[in-house]
Amino acid sequence: MAAPSVAVDNLNPKVVLNCEYAVRGEIVIHAQRLQQQLQTQPGSLPFDEILYCNIGNPQSLGQKPVTFFREVIALCDHPCLLEKEETKSLFSADAISRATTILASIPGRATGAYSHSQGIKGLRDAIAAGIASRDGYPANADDIFLTDGASPGVHMMMQLLIRNEKDGILCPIPQYPLYSASIALHGGALVPYYLNESTGWGLEISDLKKQLEDSRLKGIDVRALVVINPGNPTGQVLAEENQRDIVKFCKNEGLVLLADEVYQENIYVDNKKFNSFKKIARSMGYNEDDLPLVSFQSVSKGYYGECGKRGGYMEITGFSAPVREQIYKVASVNLCSNITGQILASLVMNPPKAGDASYASYKAEKDGILQSLARRAKALENAFNSLEGITCNKTEGAMYLFPQLSLPQKAIDAAKAANKAPDAFYALRLLEATGIVVVPGSGFGQVPGTWHIRCTILPQEEKIPAIISRFKAFHEGFMAAYRD
Amino acid sequence: MATGVSVENINPKVLRCEYAVRGEVAIHAQHLQQQLQTQPGSLPFDEIVYCNIGNPQSLGQKPITFFREVLALCNHPNLLEREEIKSLFSTDAIARAKKILSMIPGRATGAYSHSQGIKGLRDEIAAGIASRDGFPANADDIFLTNGASPGVHMMMQLLIRNNRDGIMCPIPQYSLYSASLALHGGALVPYYLDESSGWGLEVSKLKNQLEDARSKGITVRALVVINPGNPTGQILDEQQQYELVKFCKDEELVLLADEVYQENIYVTNKKINSFKKIARSMGYNGDDLQLVSLHSVSKGYYGECGKRGGYMEVTGFSTPVREQLYKIASVNLCSNITGQILASLIMDPPKAGDASYDLYEEERDNILKSLSRRAKAMESAFNSIDGITCNKTEGAMYLFPRIYLPQKAIEAARAVNKAPDVFYALRLLDTTGIVVTPGSGFGQVAGTWHVRCTILPQEEKIPSMISRFREFHEEFMSQYRD
Repeated sequence: MAAPSVAVDNLNPKVVLNCEYAVRGEIVIHAQRLQQQLQTQPGSLPFDEILYCNIGNPQSLGQKPVTFFREVIALCDHPCLLEKEETKSLFSADAISRATTILASIPGRATGAYSHSQGIKGLRDAIAAGIASRDGYPANADDIFLTDGASPGVHMMMQLLIRNEKDGILCPIPQYPLYSASIALHGGALVPYYLNESTGWGLEISDLKKQLEDSRLKGIDVRALVVINPGNPTGQVLAEENQRDIVKFCKNEGLVLLADEVYQENIYVDNKKFNSFKKIARSMGYNEDDLPLVSFQSVSKGYYGECGKRGGYMEITGFSAPVREQIYKVASVNLCSNITGQILASLVMNPPKAGDASYASYKAEKDGILQSLARRAKALENAFNSLEGITCNKTEGAMYLFPQLSLPQKAIDAAKAANKAPDAFYALRLLEATGIVVVPGSGFGQVPGTWHIRCTILPQEEKIPAIISRFKAFHEGFMAAYRD
Repeated sequence: MATGVSVENINPKVLRCEYAVRGEVAIHAQHLQQQLQTQPGSLPFDEIVYCNIGNPQSLGQKPITFFREVLALCNHPNLLEREEIKSLFSTDAIARAKKILSMIPGRATGAYSHSQGIKGLRDEIAAGIASRDGFPANADDIFLTNGASPGVHMMMQLLIRNNRDGIMCPIPQYSLYSASLALHGGALVPYYLDESSGWGLEVSKLKNQLEDARSKGITVRALVVINPGNPTGQILDEQQQYELVKFCKDEELVLLADEVYQENIYVTNKKINSFKKIARSMGYNGDDLQLVSLHSVSKGYYGECGKRGGYMEVTGFSTPVREQLYKIASVNLCSNITGQILASLIMDPPKAGDASYDLYEEERDNILKSLSRRAKAMESAFNSIDGITCNKTEGAMYLFPRIYLPQKAIEAARAVNKAPDVFYALRLLDTTGIVVTPGSGFGQVAGTWHVRCTILPQEEKIPSMISRFREFHEEFMSQYRD
């Protein structure tokens, strides 16, 4: 009997039914259509540009790459340049020497070859040195797996840890939906722990413990805990005390700690500091073998914003050699991550230092970007809080605001009638009225009965007043239309 | 209470998954390489020669100048404002980089792109496909990926619901397919290529395998074809391609066409036809056949493995299915921009009249001619060794010689708990430093043993490699002579 040809009802249900990724979901797809409409029929919409505030993609909204990083990559892409005199007038001296060093660490200087499946050894050494310098505790190049962005590392760990639907992963709610999507694709159970909006998205260990016990009672074998620090979408930076409690919790309960630290260089408040979970664990006296910990970093965020280059790594500590061999094996099936991304990861963890030729311009670029991000975070946070029916927690870090919408019952009813989640309904109406694209809170998870949207802090500073006023006008109109 | 993570409690699909290309023999080679560095002279050879993996630039092949010029300019667009670059970059590389940058919103090569890849680059790739095949291609059918491998994983993930969903794979096959099937929990339904007829395939045999699988309750969802073949190197006849297309159409199988070696052909009596071209030339339109065609920047004459560029062209699927595919692609946002750019360059390289054309053509032709010479030299060499036969390599980058192992060798292997070809490959490595991938990694008819050896070591190294191989083989055979 011939197999039925491929249709949605005979695809892998984990893909069709369970996996969602709102960051590029329905709202965004609609925005892309409206963008095309603006091109083919100018003037046909009540706005003349789409403002993508749905995705942490800084360079798409005008942020420039760090010059030193791009100089190094260009030289590594086309090493012939290093033999030419003219190169000295086009590239800074330290970019030339860094590219030379990097090329020397690549067998045969072949930037087009598959590398070691964990990434080029010399680059992993540089990253390990950068980690040690950041934390004050040693790091090992053999613990590092360079990946195409941080996401593939998350998938690898989910694939490793999830055997069946009774294997659970504790995830913060709200969470970056890579986690829910990946758990769904691998057929596991997402065990939620709720961040507390009223205490700045704080987490309580007692709540973690309760969720863990509840799920165990239901027969779920909870294997790991995901922590995103700084938080996405919530933007909080964990207090050290909180971090220690989390480490202790994972240790006591035998959980792998999956620490998503991709926003480690996006901190906008003076009263908090980023501490890696590895540093916290080591400072508590937990050695290598005491705690299975996976720490994720990426070149997509920070002040570098190199999303499209797909660079990142996971640092894996506390797993036995046989388990590490399995991780290596999975990494080897796809051979290696892209070399440009590998190089960028090493540059991010080992940037120009005081005294280097590029240092002054590097520092100016970095500080300019980070200060601007901090200003924009504040401006948008204030703006949201000034609107009636919206409250917004402070964004201490990352790149997002996650304001809560107090939607009137009439709006909720209208949404249900249109078969949409109320925040999706709101976001769609926002898009159609203003061209502003945000992601509905349902895409991240939220306490039932609460509604949010995630809006990035990334539009250019000069556009922000106009965005705020258009948002305000829309919101007031929406609330008036659906006033109870 | 959760127990610590150990091999007993990780996903068993991961345990079942194997990828011999970077498996035991390659890992051992890396240890020996370190030993050569820390204790020079401690081994009977002074370098490791990696013939296990299709990684041309790691063995001295140079990248195409024009491609790297364009990449450098796209990665550091500030250069385009400087006068000095005119003496450093060809005018057409400058023009191409400008064109590519204008296709990227905001000229932001560091931004996440559309999840299928930058639209303008997909347009160029579609044009390149149409020009290659003489049949139109659509940018919306193209998904740019980090190499071809992620595309394979996406299709496996989409099609495999449980362990009763099967995918037909050639045996021997590039072990990405068996690995991906294991990871996604599907059933590998083998169809055996016939070594005695140049690794030919017969559709009647395919049908037997299909029915056999169905009788066991397997729902066969797709057929994988690798053309040119890996590890086997054969190029399908047009007639075989027609039959395969018809077979998939009749049996309602998705045709997964791995065409990454489409520019590696070393014989003049065959031509490489894309399966899309064949299908369209048979009168099958867009909707008639579900076809996924995979391509990569890793092979050909460009060999840009480390850049991780590739695409799949997906035709014949309904809109709702395509939306699911888009959704999976969007979870990882997009593939790397450098790889996307390279994919567009290989599908639209310099043309006669372009400033870079002469150099480009020279670089390309030298590489391809050299690959062809090396393929022949190594094929002849293997065939001249007693106890080894080797089919002609018509394309791709590998030889897959059959090693006729004596019974004593097979027993010695079993005594140390190794497959006989793994045992042979390890001894080869320990004796000569030459790294090959054992045939067991690719699948083979039971009771036959092979090794996969690339044709990639530099030409000047090949004579000594061959003589060392021969010497090792003769000693091995005499040691284990029945």
